[in-house]
Amino acid sequence: MTKQIHLAAHFPGVNNTTVWSDPQAGSQIDFSSFRYLAETAERGTFDFFFLAEGLRLREVKGKIHDLDVVGRPESLTVLSALAAVTTHLGLAATVNSTFNEPYELAKRLSTLDHLSGGRAAWNVVTSWDAFTGENFRRGGYLDKADRYVRAQESLRIVRKLWNSWSEDQLVLDQAAGAFAREGAGAFADEGAHFDIRGRFGLPPSPQGRPVIIQAGDSEQGREFAASDADVIFSRHGTFEAGKTFYKDVKSRLSKYGRSEDSLKIMPAVTVVVADTDDEAIDKAAHIREQQVSGPTALVLAELLWGRDLSAYDPDGPLPAEDPVVGSSVTQGRVGYNDPFPIVAEWRAQAEAHGWSLRQTVINQQNRQTFIGSPATVAEAINHHVQEDAADGFVLVPHLTPSGLDDFVDRVVPLLRERGVFRDEYAGTTLRSNLGLQV
Amino acid sequence: MIVGLEIDGAGTDPAAWRGAEVDPRAILTGELALRAVQRAEAAGIDFVTFVDALEAPDDVPDRVSVRLDALGLAARIAPLTERIGLLPTITVTHTEPFHVQASVATLDHVSGGRGGWVADVSSSAAAAAVIGRREPAPAADTWREARYVVDVSRRLWDSWEDDAIIRDASTGRYVDRERLHYVTFTSPTFSIKGPSIVPRPPQGHPVTAVRVNTPEALEAAADAELVLLPDSSDLPTQLNALVLVSVDARPHLDGVDRLVERIEGLAAAGADGVHLRPASLELDVPVIADELLPRLRERGLVGAADRGGSLRGRLGLGRPANRYAGSER
Ligand SMILES: Cc1cc2nc3c(=O)[nH]c(=O)nc-3n(C[C@H](O)[C@H](O)[C@H](O)COP(=O)(O)O)c2cc1C
Repeated sequence: MTKQIHLAAHFPGVNNTTVWSDPQAGSQIDFSSFRYLAETAERGTFDFFFLAEGLRLREVKGKIHDLDVVGRPESLTVLSALAAVTTHLGLAATVNSTFNEPYELAKRLSTLDHLSGGRAAWNVVTSWDAFTGENFRRGGYLDKADRYVRAQESLRIVRKLWNSWSEDQLVLDQAAGAFAREGAGAFADEGAHFDIRGRFGLPPSPQGRPVIIQAGDSEQGREFAASDADVIFSRHGTFEAGKTFYKDVKSRLSKYGRSEDSLKIMPAVTVVVADTDDEAIDKAAHIREQQVSGPTALVLAELLWGRDLSAYDPDGPLPAEDPVVGSSVTQGRVGYNDPFPIVAEWRAQAEAHGWSLRQTVINQQNRQTFIGSPATVAEAINHHVQEDAADGFVLVPHLTPSGLDDFVDRVVPLLRERGVFRDEYAGTTLRSNLGLQV
Repeated sequence: MIVGLEIDGAGTDPAAWRGAEVDPRAILTGELALRAVQRAEAAGIDFVTFVDALEAPDDVPDRVSVRLDALGLAARIAPLTERIGLLPTITVTHTEPFHVQASVATLDHVSGGRGGWVADVSSSAAAAAVIGRREPAPAADTWREARYVVDVSRRLWDSWEDDAIIRDASTGRYVDRERLHYVTFTSPTFSIKGPSIVPRPPQGHPVTAVRVNTPEALEAAADAELVLLPDSSDLPTQLNALVLVSVDARPHLDGVDRLVERIEGLAAAGADGVHLRPASLELDVPVIADELLPRLRERGLVGAADRGGSLRGRLGLGRPANRYAGSER
């Protein structure tokens, strides 16, 4: 059976993927940028619009990292505003489960779901580190092993609150003066991390409850996704890695009594489109040059090596030292669990091609996922989906806010022609557009 | 006179939702609030407040026992309005101060400089129970803590200088980190390192309001830019803030004469404005917009309806200087 493709638009983030130095690059903060990209995604009948989150500004060697985009608005507030200017597009917020209370998450997300007519999604992330914790009352006390215990318990409670009204409890009988039945929304829960009780003040929204997205990659993260998520936002965008990940996660579902199509796998990918494949290859190389300046190459190498490399020339050879595991040279972004094989690969490639440090970073790290003419890109995307390397993709543009214009104008029509992507929205809620059960 | 309007369910009258003119579903979609705010804006009302509390409204079957998060509702209305100030109630007793300041800053960004908040506390057992493992604190303690939250919010709004984003292609730097500041704030109940994750809001500081419903709140009003007093109270003279009196308004039944008189009285007593609490959004806001505001304008009590600009500008508050500007990190 031909699978239908799901697509999401990621607002450009705070990695070096986002090129801010290009003359076309607009504001990362003005609401007009968010609105532009959301309207583009809705024109392209995308499933949802996605916002990432970071709760502390990143640091390199004890100083605020200044080479990439810094700062962004708070997700749920931006998405509530976008609900006013879009009608079908799903609105996905990344919100941390360690530094929020389940009652507040349930209330804010359900509010977004009501205000958008059933288009809200929550990407549950679990950063727990002491560095981020310095911005919170709670502090960074959570053990790494505990992050998913709390996340899972949070999500269980949030769901409980979303389900705390039964269908017939919202009466709205004006003549009889019955707004709701007594007892609607009552809840109580006790677990390892929470002990709460009270009343939840919002009935289910038109989509029943917000869609749950999960982006963890560890063993625990994958189990969490298999037991609880509707969508996985993964980093495995290449064909082989995508297939391996897809098979791994989908095979975990039966254990939880879930069917394979109840969890959509949507890797983050980047796309470069031009008139011809050759032009796209040139354009992609140019974008990578923009994404990796000399100083950025050093910072990315420092993340991999776990060492201060400021003495190195980015246009010179790779550092000779071995990497250090678990260093705090870079704070606020995910490091490498096992850097040794990657460093070895970088060395081999640099030697084989005569690459400098910067050229190695550009070639090894920042290669875009799909590069080519509109037909080539449409074909490749469809191939990945039909061959079960993904159910769809989260597109991460390199330019704010116009970075998906080409894709929407030139690739989406080809996907529609092939009958693998919708011409118009079938449902009004995100859950129905994703083909998920309520 | 400054004129504000309160948005609370279908209106402050518990039976307002039952009126034939009301679609009760529109309370949950936000449409009822949106319509009221748009009417208020067209009439030249300066700002709206949105009622909220951490806990749900009381479980009383014949009342509106649901409530949207006020901040989300205000943000949903922001792109569909142009001139009116938006002040959701935000309780700070159980919510992380870092999140509070980031979301108020964001409301200011998405509204183009029309954001503010009514800072409130939760001293009830019901509010403590939905978070859990905390005892409800006495009002004096919660208000003392709220003052720290207001303080740290303003520091975090200043933690980015206005010109921190430099996009300097020659050095590859997006921000000048000398213009980003750790706040390293410590209070008896929390500490925050900073800087904020959100660049400085358009107004510098979104407008902070406090509703004085208890004596303890009056102390915190010292930190506010806008103070909402209950109708009966004498006007305190020592406050260094805009002082507004909250007045219940039922003009669809009572006509507007009494309100005009009352507002003239408040002006004479030295109040800076009035905060109207309509009994029914659908019935009273149109009368307030079509009859009351024109009467006040005739008397020279309110300005032109189509004034634009930031909320601070509209209220006559200057844009605050950044406390960290030019300092070492
Ligand atoms: C594609 C992708 C995007 C992510 N985006 C964010 C983010 O925006 N904010 C965040 O705090 N964590 C983000 N994460 C981190 C994870 O969601 C997760 O919390 C973290 O990796 C720890 O879980 P793990 O050990 O299972 O990977 C992202 C992860 C992936 C794979």
